Amino acid sequence: MASNADKFKSDGSMLGGLLEWVDARFPATALWNEHLAKYYAPKNFNFWYFFGSLALLVLVNQIVTGIFLTMHFKPDASLNASGVPVAFASVEYIMRDVPLGWIIRYMHSTGASAFFIVVYLHMFRGMLYGSYRKPRELIWIFGVLIFLCLMAEAFFGYLLPWGQMSYWGAQVIVNLFSAIPLIGPDLSVFIRGDFVVGDATLNRFFSFHVIAVPFALAGLVAAHIIALHEVGSNNPDGVEIKKKKDANGIPLDGIPFHPYYTVKDIVGVVVFLMFFAVIVFFMPEGGGYFLEFNNFFPADPLKTPPHIAPVWYFTPYYSILRANTVNFFWLDAKLWGVIFMGLGVMVFFLLPWLDRSPVKSIRYRGPIYKSALAIFVVCFFILGYLGMLAPTPGRTLVSQICTIIYFAFFFLMPIYTKLDKCQPEPDRVTFK
Amino acid sequence: MKKLLLVLLSAPLLAFASDVELHLDKAPDHSRDFAALQHGAKVFVNYCLNCHSASYMRYNRLTDIGLTDKQIKDNLLFTADKVGEPMTIAMKSADSKVWFGAAPPDLTVIARARSSEFGSGSDWLYTYLRGFYRDSERPTGWNNVVFENVGMPHVLWELQGDQVMGADHKLKLEEPGKLSPQEYDAMVGNLVAFLAYMGEPMAEFRKSLGVVVLIALAVLFVFAYALKREYWKDIH
Repeated sequence: MASNADKFKSDGSMLGGLLEWVDARFPATALWNEHLAKYYAPKNFNFWYFFGSLALLVLVNQIVTGIFLTMHFKPDASLNASGVPVAFASVEYIMRDVPLGWIIRYMHSTGASAFFIVVYLHMFRGMLYGSYRKPRELIWIFGVLIFLCLMAEAFFGYLLPWGQMSYWGAQVIVNLFSAIPLIGPDLSVFIRGDFVVGDATLNRFFSFHVIAVPFALAGLVAAHIIALHEVGSNNPDGVEIKKKKDANGIPLDGIPFHPYYTVKDIVGVVVFLMFFAVIVFFMPEGGGYFLEFNNFFPADPLKTPPHIAPVWYFTPYYSILRANTVNFFWLDAKLWGVIFMGLGVMVFFLLPWLDRSPVKSIRYRGPIYKSALAIFVVCFFILGYLGMLAPTPGRTLVSQICTIIYFAFFFLMPIYTKLDKCQPEPDRVTFK
Repeated sequence: MKKLLLVLLSAPLLAFASDVELHLDKAPDHSRDFAALQHGAKVFVNYCLNCHSASYMRYNRLTDIGLTDKQIKDNLLFTADKVGEPMTIAMKSADSKVWFGAAPPDLTVIARARSSEFGSGSDWLYTYLRGFYRDSERPTGWNNVVFENVGMPHVLWELQGDQVMGADHKLKLEEPGKLSPQEYDAMVGNLVAFLAYMGEPMAEFRKSLGVVVLIALAVLFVFAYALKREYWKDIH
């Protein structure tokens, strides 16, 4: 695969000789060039393009802090001599007795929320500039799979501290599977490994959280990046830079990712770390949104909390679940809730084929798509907010309206994107 | 379209009206007041650490609030032999569950657990410990304004005295205790400050380290931004 042009030629120095030796056996220089030094990215990336590399940074943060947490955490639901579950006590042990353990734990817990913030913004970037459109459908599909894995990873991880919200959140979500006809009840017992969430559940969730899902996540991230580097990055104008190349076959509007975007992303990383540090050091509970207050009570299978709310990043989907209140077509309302919640996530897979607009970027789209996207975002926030609150008839009605708009945004897209009055795309990228 | 937006923006206002209001008194902030924290530790060890454990907290951690190992050993070490041991109690939670109906919870992180949208965990505890009143219908003879039908009797009643719930839903001190209301509130304030400290003993260090980290990142930002500017000056 590596051509001779991608092999290093030594000038006689020791390190140069070593690289030549490696290149003869492994495509080190070729890989470096293909993905960094000779990967040409559009030169007009704006603010929204920081979140891809930031997502990678947060992934590394979660893996590294996770390795150290695993050294001290004990996935054990039995009670210790003081009557506290061992898992819960081991988290406090990390917070108090492991040197700087609190920093590692807060980086991990804040990282979970940061991961979703960064990924939601990264996905929104794709929707702003049509990054999912041909020829980038596979990048998008890998991305949605990453999003799914991330949700699974967050769900499994949230049980581990074994607090009240961990326990009852898992109980609620696993119970959803029991809504499936015929196999449902057995399936939920199979998932839990017990009739209630218990030690077996804690241990298998721990296993999934530290081995299975991270493996899948790493593979999907690699596939996501390989597919991206195959077709090249989109940009805020939504035009293909590969259409205009110079005599050497280099896109006229492209600049090498390294050093240009590496030095630019370092600035983004530092700014991100400043926000991250403010949370970790000054408000690690994030006002009860990043670490739920009720989760400082150890899990008690006999005491159901009056109000069970998932962590903020799941609440839009939790709202969609609860918005289904009518039995319909011989199916239970709860099952409809599960179906729509699943559909709410899965529908992102279809996005590349639902969008029929002649242009990709929001800059050249007409008023219909712009309004539709704005309303969709407002609804997403409202659903997210309502998902944190206890339901009332008024709130349920609002979440039902928002759920309908959520799905209308996707399923009416083939119609309204065709009707929209778009402006012509420019030939080359622009700076705005 | 505009109508739809209007409905979208106004409907939530109706839906978001809050349900139950829980009024909490503001606890005084003694997070850096070592004398208050030490007094709180003394009250905690004398009155709470018989039924409630604080099992994630080691005695010698109290050096954080200005105590020496010797002071801890001489004044506070009732339930353990060595200062490195955690604040556990002799009563087994399985037994206490049978005796009281519910095992008294471990109090190490209680101040964090009791936080809510109505106020900090300290505010809740400050209101709770001052909110016991006589209720002859409860098996313990006590009830509480923020924790309805609480299982715990008013352990500090000798100090506070007897409160009763008036017809106007306000508490009245019927029979004064050993402390005046001001003294009692101050003592509870110190105890609550200690509980808040114990919930996250590294909190003060965390904040001071955070300042250093942010300054370091600010310096790094200057260099990172200068580097970016230098590389990008030719890109138009």
